[in-house]
Amino acid sequence: MSAVTHADPTEHAGHPPMPHVRKVAMWAFLGSECLFFGTLISTFLLYRNRTGDGPAAADLFDIPFTSISSFILLMSSLTMVLAHYASERKDARRMRIWLLATALLGMTFLAGQVFEFTEFVEHGLTVTTSPFGSSFFVLTSFHGGHVAIGVIMLLATAFMSFGGKLRSDGGMNVELVGLYWHFVDIIWIVIFTVVYLLQV
Amino acid sequence: MATMNPVIEEAVAAPHGSGGLWSWVTTTDHKRIGVLYGVSAIMFFIVGGVEALLIRTQLALPNGDVLSADAYNQMFTMHATTMVFLVVMPAAAAFTNYFLPLLLGARDVAFPRLNALSYWVFFFGGLFLTISFFVGGAPDGGWFGYAPLSTQVGEVVRMDYWALGLQILGLASVLSSVNFITTVFTMRAPGMTLMRMPVFAWMAFVVSFLLLFSLPIVTVGLFQVFLDRNLGTLFFSAAGGGDPVLWQHLFWLFGHPEVYVLILPAMGIVSEVLPVFSRKPLFGRSFVIFSGIAIGFMGFGVWAHHMFTSGLGPVAEAAFALTTMFIAVPTGVKIFNWIATIWGGALRFKTPLLFSLGFIAMFVIGGLSGVTHSVVPADSQQHDTYYVVAHFHYVLFGGAIFGLFSGIYYWWPKITGKLLNERLGKVHFWLMLIGFNLTFAPMHILGLAGMPRRTYRYPKGLGFEFWNLIATVGSYVIALSIAVFLVNWWRTTRRGEAAGNDPWDGRTLEWTISSPPPHYNFDTVPLVHSEDPFWHEKYGEDEAGHAVPAVAASSGQPQAGLADEEIHMPSPSYYPALTAFGLFISLIGFVYVPVGLVAVAGGLLVTLWGLFGWSMEPLTRDGHE
Repeated sequence: MSAVTHADPTEHAGHPPMPHVRKVAMWAFLGSECLFFGTLISTFLLYRNRTGDGPAAADLFDIPFTSISSFILLMSSLTMVLAHYASERKDARRMRIWLLATALLGMTFLAGQVFEFTEFVEHGLTVTTSPFGSSFFVLTSFHGGHVAIGVIMLLATAFMSFGGKLRSDGGMNVELVGLYWHFVDIIWIVIFTVVYLLQV
Repeated sequence: MATMNPVIEEAVAAPHGSGGLWSWVTTTDHKRIGVLYGVSAIMFFIVGGVEALLIRTQLALPNGDVLSADAYNQMFTMHATTMVFLVVMPAAAAFTNYFLPLLLGARDVAFPRLNALSYWVFFFGGLFLTISFFVGGAPDGGWFGYAPLSTQVGEVVRMDYWALGLQILGLASVLSSVNFITTVFTMRAPGMTLMRMPVFAWMAFVVSFLLLFSLPIVTVGLFQVFLDRNLGTLFFSAAGGGDPVLWQHLFWLFGHPEVYVLILPAMGIVSEVLPVFSRKPLFGRSFVIFSGIAIGFMGFGVWAHHMFTSGLGPVAEAAFALTTMFIAVPTGVKIFNWIATIWGGALRFKTPLLFSLGFIAMFVIGGLSGVTHSVVPADSQQHDTYYVVAHFHYVLFGGAIFGLFSGIYYWWPKITGKLLNERLGKVHFWLMLIGFNLTFAPMHILGLAGMPRRTYRYPKGLGFEFWNLIATVGSYVIALSIAVFLVNWWRTTRRGEAAGNDPWDGRTLEWTISSPPPHYNFDTVPLVHSEDPFWHEKYGEDEAGHAVPAVAASSGQPQAGLADEEIHMPSPSYYPALTAFGLFISLIGFVYVPVGLVAVAGGLLVTLWGLFGWSMEPLTRDGHE
């Protein structure tokens, strides 16, 4: 057989490098996600004033608290950029540190969300209280679920880099996770504005 | 193949088993996945057809008593769900899987294992919907699942099967859309610019975007239905302050683009077949492509014409009436381009051409009755009558199914290496055309006479008897025509005429390689210099513009291409099927919450196992070194 061995086994004439292909796919997927969250946010906007006998947004939302947890999530985008920058420069140690920092910030945000949900339930808002409650919890839970999946992806990327599984296309993996992570952050900016700031 | 490169043969043969059930379960070859989609679609076509025959038998005579009201509700719900999600969509996916890479000059899709996952998720989704018949009854709230039909919780779990089944089928379609879009953007052969792509590839590309952007909308809606049913949320509960009309919006925001998801692949097939059998290039090729793109965009702006009787108010109704009339323009552009393509062509009336011509004629009728629906006052009268049933069968059966059969007869020799029998093919076509019109043309009259849809009985003396009987006779003629097709299939498998590489004097790249194609598709990656590349290899033009055989016409592999040192094809993998199986188990668990949560957890563990194994497994095993 040929003595030529490619770094990427899928690379042959007519086939583009795999990292590029994965990035195109991630962009297509994120395009689909925009419509997903768009629909959830539209549902919320339709039901924001349908509070029935239950509490309304102004009775519940603690804007300073949610502003802090939003700030934490936004800072995780900065650490994500630093992780990507380190992986571009082949600095595996810094890359791991920043990946773990990003995951930690994401988990802090999730903890804040859990705390917030508990507070709301104690004040009498559940998914069955009113259409407002249903749409608020389903929208923010789906966002939280996306953050949780992102945290898992970050941890997996960090741990795989120890086992040398990332190899030559490792930078690409970090970039892919980064694309996803920034997207989830941007969605939160929209949710924070539309769901929290505009309601009180 | 005339010249088989022995080095290539050796390099790619080793890691691929060729026979046995297991090799089909683990396959990552886009052509085999295409065949799996196709065979599944034909299987479900028979299931959906039997459901249709039961409906027509029930309605043959007044006060029919073949089916109970309950069974009838299940039949019309499952007939529509099956035909839309388990027949036309996978049939289009079969052609896209098999031919998109071949038409682009690629060796596979961008993500072969993701492609296998799409198929297996679809397969288990179809199985999931179908087993509902045996566990307390199939979904019975209509394929559109309007609240409160879908959200009211009865003794039975029928609409849970529907909500979850559509959800998982949607996942399969989103995955394959991402795959196809990436394939078109990154895998085209050198010289295959976007505007040189065959029209079928273009239509598959547009369909992928339609699915990518419309499915997430209904995904959210289906989650909301499921939560309303099982968690007590109030999204669509009018009593609790929710709004059932929201569901209608979410469903049709998906449902109308879905209509174009069903018809655009057939339009693409017709745009491939007509030039080949007219021996002329497609008239106004770029115009056909751009009108396909226009349909894709405008398809997102017409959904509320399904809701003219929901009380939207005059402004919204006027706006959607106008957009609906306007979307007929790019569709009309295509019709005229197809007619101009066959105009003055050297027509060869083979079966694929007959089905394509049938498509054009029937689709024009369905399109025109569609325009009558855009007129709000008229539509308020036609709404929920058999006139609507007549309309959408003219576009989805007369349109999509005729187009897909055209594709089956056109590409069968490439897929199997054998030509379907022409005489039986023509019998199939004429029986289907006659049966189709007998069945659905009378429904225009029945609808305008006031016969409502989705009612399991009609009394004597309303003037419905005659045309209902004719329609039932027609449906059995359609069934006969499908039987002729199945006989043709069986007969061709046993003793079909060998097709050779290029039985139709084709124009596109798939005809340059052997039938069936080798699993790496192309010995050398082709270099593309024009649209219809194979035609321009074979034929030049004289001064009058007539095609004349090119001087240096060669056989076999005429494309000068880029040679590879090695060809790496993806290895078989059972992880995609395992991942999909896990989802299937957890889906069944979700129907029976809270007890089923055990199955949900078990299924998710299997899925995680599949995904973990997948991510640790290299795409290509270099077992041949």
